[in-house]
Amino acid sequence: MDDKPERIVLTEEQKRKRRARSIAIAFALGALVVLFYIVTLVKGPGVLNQP
Amino acid sequence: MTDISAVDHRPPPGSLAAIHPVSEASVGDYLALMKPRVMSLVVFTALVGLLVAPAHVHPVIGFTALLCIAVGAGAAGALNMWFDADVDAVMARTARRPIPSGRVTPGEALGFGLTLATGSVVVLGLLVDWLAAVLLAFTIFFYIVIYTMWLKRATPQNIVIGGAAGAFPPVIGWAAATGSIGIEPILLFLLVFFWTPPHFWALSLNRTEDYARARIPMLPVVAGAKETRRQILLYSLSLLPIGAAPWFMGYADAIYGATSLLGGGLMVALAWRLWVEGSGARAAQSANRLFGFSILYLFVLFAVLLIEGLVGGLIGHVTA
Repeated sequence: MDDKPERIVLTEEQKRKRRARSIAIAFALGALVVLFYIVTLVKGPGVLNQP
Repeated sequence: MTDISAVDHRPPPGSLAAIHPVSEASVGDYLALMKPRVMSLVVFTALVGLLVAPAHVHPVIGFTALLCIAVGAGAAGALNMWFDADVDAVMARTARRPIPSGRVTPGEALGFGLTLATGSVVVLGLLVDWLAAVLLAFTIFFYIVIYTMWLKRATPQNIVIGGAAGAFPPVIGWAAATGSIGIEPILLFLLVFFWTPPHFWALSLNRTEDYARARIPMLPVVAGAKETRRQILLYSLSLLPIGAAPWFMGYADAIYGATSLLGGGLMVALAWRLWVEGSGARAAQSANRLFGFSILYLFVLFAVLLIEGLVGGLIGHVTA
């Protein structure tokens, strides 16, 4: 009798899609960093202050 | 060619993969969750609200505001698909969406939607304006809780009241620019609000069986096609003066006035034609024609407002 617990093995397609999702998340986070950096340059030291 | 969107990706019931689902979602599936076509209309109307407002907005701040509004709209789309997955599954128009086809799990869509909703509201508030952020949060809440969870399955007036969610973006754009709300964005709100029923009912007239199968009490299902055509005509008649209101109240120029009267008149003419044609293939064609024209009508009115605002701003900048 095989005592090994059943495990989910990702298919190549699932791995490929997971990698694509990870890259998209990385791009989104990078874009957010760049956006905050540029807005800080535009608004100056009081970046979070509103008129 | 295999249509990948038609393939059922759901694992067999009782299997380990069914208990602990492995995501089959591609990046494109997540983009589809955000309803990009709806998002493009939201961004466009918000852009008009932002640019016709009597305030100078730095391009970077304006871009940030539009990005947040777009992401907020996408969040609302994802949360709508999460809640409506059961309805989407039985309607031909929506059966291939990411959740009913099994490519995205409901939990993934819920997490995605909530993350985007929170992020868009917080970033809009921190970097642009808190009034705009509160309005964006309320719009998402209204679309999901008031429209999707409550009205859509409860009353044939669902899209009349729910249409308010789609009417908020120009108000949010205006608030992002000025930090306040004036009469002008309220007129834009009313324009989209009164435009939504004839636009959506023209679409639903030809999808009555779909909505009946999904047990959604759309007006054609509950009150019949004749009453729906009558309501379309009444709302189109109301839309004519409301569309022209920015002009005769002095907030838009004569070009907008002429465009709104011409467009509104054509909208009424198409609604009248739909009303007199009754049922049959010709009526179905008339409904499609009205649906297509309604999109053009709204786009052109907002485009004229945008051009007038940009030209006015440019002249003001040169003469200053």
